[in-house]
Amino acid sequence: MAQLDQAPGSGSGFNPLEWLGSQLGRLVVSVLVPGVLFVVLWQGFIFLRDSEAPQYLIAIIAIVWGVGGAAALYFVSNWIIERLGPEWTRRLQPFVFVGPAMAILAWYLAIPTLRTLWLSFFDRTSDNFIFLDNYIDIFTDPNLIVVFRNNLLWIVFGASLSVILGLLIAVLADRSRYESLAKSLIFLPMAISFVGAGVIWNFIYEVKDISAPQIGLLNAIWVGLGGEPQAWTALLQPWNNLFLIIIVVWLQTGYAMVLFSAAIKGIPGDLIEAARVDGATEVQIFFRIMIPYIWGTIITVATTIVIFTLKIFDIVLVMTGGRFGTEVIATAFYRQNFTNRNFGLGSAIAIVLLLLVVPVMIYNLRKFGEEEAFE
Amino acid sequence: MNTYQARSTALQRFLRAAPVRAIILVICTIWTLPTAGMLVSSFRSANNIRSSGWWTGLVHPFEATQWTIENYSTVLTADGMANAFINSLIITIPSTVIPITIAAFAAYAFAWMKFPGRDLLFIIVVALLVVPLQMALIPIFRLYNDIELGGTFLGTWLAHTGFGLPLAIYLLYNYIAQLPRELFESVFIDGASHFTAFRRLVLPLSIPAIASFAIFQFLWVWNDLLVALVFLGTAPDVAIVTSRLSAMIGTKGEAWHLLTAGAFITMVVPLIVFFALQRYFVRGLLAGSVKG
Repeated sequence: MAQLDQAPGSGSGFNPLEWLGSQLGRLVVSVLVPGVLFVVLWQGFIFLRDSEAPQYLIAIIAIVWGVGGAAALYFVSNWIIERLGPEWTRRLQPFVFVGPAMAILAWYLAIPTLRTLWLSFFDRTSDNFIFLDNYIDIFTDPNLIVVFRNNLLWIVFGASLSVILGLLIAVLADRSRYESLAKSLIFLPMAISFVGAGVIWNFIYEVKDISAPQIGLLNAIWVGLGGEPQAWTALLQPWNNLFLIIIVVWLQTGYAMVLFSAAIKGIPGDLIEAARVDGATEVQIFFRIMIPYIWGTIITVATTIVIFTLKIFDIVLVMTGGRFGTEVIATAFYRQNFTNRNFGLGSAIAIVLLLLVVPVMIYNLRKFGEEEAFE
Repeated sequence: MNTYQARSTALQRFLRAAPVRAIILVICTIWTLPTAGMLVSSFRSANNIRSSGWWTGLVHPFEATQWTIENYSTVLTADGMANAFINSLIITIPSTVIPITIAAFAAYAFAWMKFPGRDLLFIIVVALLVVPLQMALIPIFRLYNDIELGGTFLGTWLAHTGFGLPLAIYLLYNYIAQLPRELFESVFIDGASHFTAFRRLVLPLSIPAIASFAIFQFLWVWNDLLVALVFLGTAPDVAIVTSRLSAMIGTKGEAWHLLTAGAFITMVVPLIVFFALQRYFVRGLLAGSVKG
């Protein structure tokens, strides 16, 4: 309807036929273009699903189809919107821009969260409503209590070690001539997958019989010092968890270090110089000036690492598969859903994980509020 | 940088720096040894690995007979790592580009367009930043089974897109929102539409932010195991490097010559990306929070 006000040609008077023709043409084109796009994308999907073509060909087509398809959808929907006249363009364009993102977020995060909450009140097959029974199970089943104990170990040792080591290295490297090389080496594990890290560390923890040469680095050192070969990740529960935690400390200390390093470089040089002139020792400078100055960064890094540690999954799955008392929340969740097929209990575990993260969510929202107020 | 600090004599500085340097050296060695051991082992024969520690191989590094690349050829062909490598590329590239496209449009709208519900929607995006992706796995898994998206590339791209979007929108918004207002005013006076402004002005200017998120997402998707296990599965024609490697750990846990070579193959691309674009990666980390 909005087209009416711009339809009549200038001066020549209103010609209904011509108007209809031009509108019809527009309409046909407007339907045709998205239609063609849809058919092309659909054919691509069918091809990728069923094709027996050589793999490199599928790879190229898949990438072009996926990447190009997403961009083409925006072009076409914007193209349609812009034909509706300025008024409607102005009204609808924001939704063309923001709509796909919102649809995907709703589909993949918001609605599933609600559905998981709903499923957590049902039994293993999702047929009978049992309300809080799954949650009662979580907090009474001894196997599941071990899971929470382990996650606590992960947070207490994993998160704090990463933060402390990251801070220490950042401060020390800041005074070293080889700063960037040292930082690259420590940061490097960030690029390694958990599965890859699992192989690397399994190899370090490898145990052989006392009569054979030890090929695992840790046992080689241990036996060299006169000890018996140990199966580090299986014995001495719950402390075997620490050997898994070390891996994650190795992986994420670099992350903490980089953020701390940037924060430390933000401390005004004058401030530290003034303290030195007043006779402060380096240790005093560290605790009285650096720590308070970068406290905000420390909190941010710590919360990020705590969330990350709460959700730890791959390392445990690859290293022990959750055996020997090393199960954590995310692996327990995976086992309930995909091995035991207990969807109710699995969902409840996911909800508990979410509840543990909520305090951090509130913290994030408050931070956002402050930023808005500034604008 | 604290380059302007007062300088003492070179000797004094050296003595003061010595303990610091020693500590750094020790830490760096500890941090590098695990990877180095794996890399060295991946070039040793199965027998050598079984009978002696990898460090003994370094005693006579130039004895060419003890080094072999057979592990790599076995892993690439017999264990299907070559296929998995291509599959990883098929998964990772669109899973990086699609969320960037979608997030850039959304971030632009949040930053420079007026529409009802803008603030509320943005708060929802930020809140979703910390929702663990585990929340979504069962419902999406069931949905995928119903609409036959399970085990397809498209399904996995979309899943990675969904899980990556909150961070992508958040990072890109922070960047796009602080572009100078005058830029937009001059473009709009020339009669450009929002779409043109986005394409010609905002996209080119946002390259640094886009690059830093891209590296983040690329490494994340390439290294991911959970999403791939659930949505893509382990069938040989779609399995990616991480799921192949994890299957190998399960079936041949003692075959270190193959596992170390396989692990290195999974690491090659991330390491190249990491070293080539380290600066952007760090910038991305500094720009805000981290993936939820």
